[in-house]
Amino acid sequence: MNRFAALLDRLAYEPRRLGKLALLEAYFRQTPDPDRGWALAAMTGALTFKNAKAGLIRNLAAERTDPVLFGLSYDFVGDLAETVSLMWPADAARANAQLTITDVVEGLKETPKNELPATVANWLDRLDENGRWALLKLITGALRIGVSARLARTALAQLGGKSADEIEDVWHADTPPYSHLFAWLEGRAEAPSVSTMVRFYPPMLSHPIGPEEFAPLNPADFVAEWKWDGIRVQAAAGKGAGGERVTRLYSRTGEDISASFPDLVSGFDFDAVLDGELLIKRGGGVADFNTLQQRLNRKSVTAKLMSGFPAFIRVYDILALGDKDLRALPFIERRAKLETLVRAHPLAPIDLSEMIRFDTWAELSAARADPSHGGAGIDAEAVEGVMIKRRDAPYLAGRPKGYWFKWKRDPMVIDAVVMYAQRGSGKRSSFYSDYTFGVWTEAGDLTPVGKAYFGFTDEELIELDRFVRNNTENRFGPVREVTHTKTKGLVVEVAFEGLQRSTRHKSGVAMRFPRFSRIRWDKRPSDADTLEALEKFLSKAPAPAG
Amino acid sequence: MQPAHILHPRPEGIYCPKADLYIDPTRPVARALITHGHSDHARAGHASVLATPETLAIMAARYGPGFAGSTQALTYGEKLDIGGVTFSLHSAGHVLGSAQALAECGGTRVVASGDYKRQPDPTCAPFEVVRCDVFITEATFALPVFTHPSAAHEVQKLLASVAIFPERAHVVGAYALGKAQRVMAEMVRAGWDKPIYLHGALMQLTKLYQEHGVDCGDVRPVETAPKSFYAGAVILGTPGALLTPWVRRFPDPVTCFASGWMRIRARARQKGVELPLVISDHADWCDLQRTIKDTGASEVWITHGEADALAHWCEGEGLKAKALHLVGYGDEEEPPNNEPGAAA
Repeated sequence: MNRFAALLDRLAYEPRRLGKLALLEAYFRQTPDPDRGWALAAMTGALTFKNAKAGLIRNLAAERTDPVLFGLSYDFVGDLAETVSLMWPADAARANAQLTITDVVEGLKETPKNELPATVANWLDRLDENGRWALLKLITGALRIGVSARLARTALAQLGGKSADEIEDVWHADTPPYSHLFAWLEGRAEAPSVSTMVRFYPPMLSHPIGPEEFAPLNPADFVAEWKWDGIRVQAAAGKGAGGERVTRLYSRTGEDISASFPDLVSGFDFDAVLDGELLIKRGGGVADFNTLQQRLNRKSVTAKLMSGFPAFIRVYDILALGDKDLRALPFIERRAKLETLVRAHPLAPIDLSEMIRFDTWAELSAARADPSHGGAGIDAEAVEGVMIKRRDAPYLAGRPKGYWFKWKRDPMVIDAVVMYAQRGSGKRSSFYSDYTFGVWTEAGDLTPVGKAYFGFTDEELIELDRFVRNNTENRFGPVREVTHTKTKGLVVEVAFEGLQRSTRHKSGVAMRFPRFSRIRWDKRPSDADTLEALEKFLSKAPAPAG
Repeated sequence: MQPAHILHPRPEGIYCPKADLYIDPTRPVARALITHGHSDHARAGHASVLATPETLAIMAARYGPGFAGSTQALTYGEKLDIGGVTFSLHSAGHVLGSAQALAECGGTRVVASGDYKRQPDPTCAPFEVVRCDVFITEATFALPVFTHPSAAHEVQKLLASVAIFPERAHVVGAYALGKAQRVMAEMVRAGWDKPIYLHGALMQLTKLYQEHGVDCGDVRPVETAPKSFYAGAVILGTPGALLTPWVRRFPDPVTCFASGWMRIRARARQKGVELPLVISDHADWCDLQRTIKDTGASEVWITHGEADALAHWCEGEGLKAKALHLVGYGDEEEPPNNEPGAAA
């Protein structure tokens, strides 16, 4: 556990992505099989231990520690694993005895439920404080060290001199502790062969495009679809490697999110892997992203949540059908197979992403400008632009040039006044880099309407930081109130993707994805927009409950 | 003699009615006994101040020579009778000159310990156990989650990181009185013989420590220089300085922080600390218990910190305990999101 604990400890404090990658790569390079494979499984969410739960740890702590002191400590620390690891009354003489992550993983799998508390207590006695913390994080399955499955696989790619997509392709061919995968990465074996089509495929991504770039392109070579403001997913169902029935829902980074959407996954009655957009039905149409967010990142999914926010997938590509990989086929051939499949499975929680009819780029441009009349109808609120795809495009991992383009709707913009600034974290910890901005109310006051922390260059950040430090009115911990009168203050042009009614915000509205688009050093605060002007951007869809 | 007739809490601080004397008063008073130089204990503006010569020197350095109407120095162990109460000061091991105050009257002994620690510290005299009937203690780290590793171990962590990142600067946040000098002295002990660069706010007290014979190494002020000059360097600054543009003059700085609070991951991460150094000038949970037992006190009064937890432990040990809930004693180790320039 020593190496794994040291890795988790360092990752927890490393704010930089490159730093995390370097730590992971070094760990994979220096740690033998199968320890490194179990660590990889832990970090990619591939390990669950059904008998080991937070409750077990709480009970152990209650047996070994004074309940009053435990309660006070837990209140202070705020994290169960850390509290227990810090206050566990360990026998210093025995601490740091050899115990590997493999011992722990195998022990957790094999130990009967009634013996587990004694086993875990014994491990805690044998580990030092860092080791105890890592063990408890492993058991509770909540590492929270800022490492996504994708980042871990990127580190593997660095280790083996491969691309991240090559790793994705073989990822599902091996299982923890991934000895074959590591052997391949170290040049000691062939790539693991994929024995099932039911897996995650590295997604094909698009390039942003503007109208000026259309000129050389022939519209007859392309088709277009709406770009939906949902989350990109893959729906995979069919026979697994062992012949068993498998149904999975993957996020665009390959995280298995089936547990958050049991209502969707249970309806996968097809044998295929489909690429599409996860959306929520509302009032006969598609709800906007704000509504979808009610269902994201949920630990438990209640029946109420599922019926109140019914999810479905608007599919636009098919990557595998039965035991065939279709990715090499041209888009229109895959599309024909997709249409057939959707028709054959009327009960599955999927529907087909419709094509936009157009003969010229001007016609497509008109549809983009007004989706409700361009064919999107009642779903127009959830459209964030159009996708343009070459008819003959194969399905290629990553962002290949010349095949898929996204042409987003223009963002909404307003001029707002900076009211508060907060220090950033990590590399930005000496900079005031998070800005709360407001617009004018009818009463002539500024009301905060959003917060932005990007959209400016490093040079602009230095200027913004200087402005905040030189124009501070008040300090509240890490927050500074910045001068914002009618005549003195900083105006910023804020771009955003949508506006919703919100009861949680004082102004009554919430912006989606706000960022600075320009800093208007030239404008006076009184030139900034009013709340009334901002409210014109309100989406017409009803606000979600709650 | 009832202990409360010798010392008892008042809003201004712990008070001795017979001597009309306050210990570490938070407001200006006629007669003050100051346990140590941290600004929440040692304030300017008292009519007369009784303290160790080192503490008086620290106060003069911080507030100027006119910080009190009159001063009287008392060395460790020296006795002084005021109004029938015999006072003496005994080393607390907290910072240079830090003292516990023993007040004795009619055979009853009450010790106000101020802030203290039991860990070895090359910058100050070690804690002296003083037997007493009532022990007045702090409780800054009075939770079982706080067991401080050795400072030498933590400094090794710092030097190991410097070796891994020779192209980066390591900027260590450390409180200006005591902590900064302890980090430097531990670095010297660990074999660091390169310069140690200091933020201007640390220079004066470091010079005072050096004058008292503490080896702080090759200390130099941070001066304007190209970024690359500070590659591989160790720089110490006040906690507040780490949040100012001052840190931007160093190459890709690794933010370090020396404090007992660094034991809690969330605390370290909230502060944007990349390398937490668990170095504390306060007693940890085990040392608080050990010290209370060592004094033989049958009654414990708790001035500030995690009083509930310590009082709970005392009761379990059959000791009378009460929390005084004195306000005004922060813990100087915590960087409470403090802005540059705010009183630390």
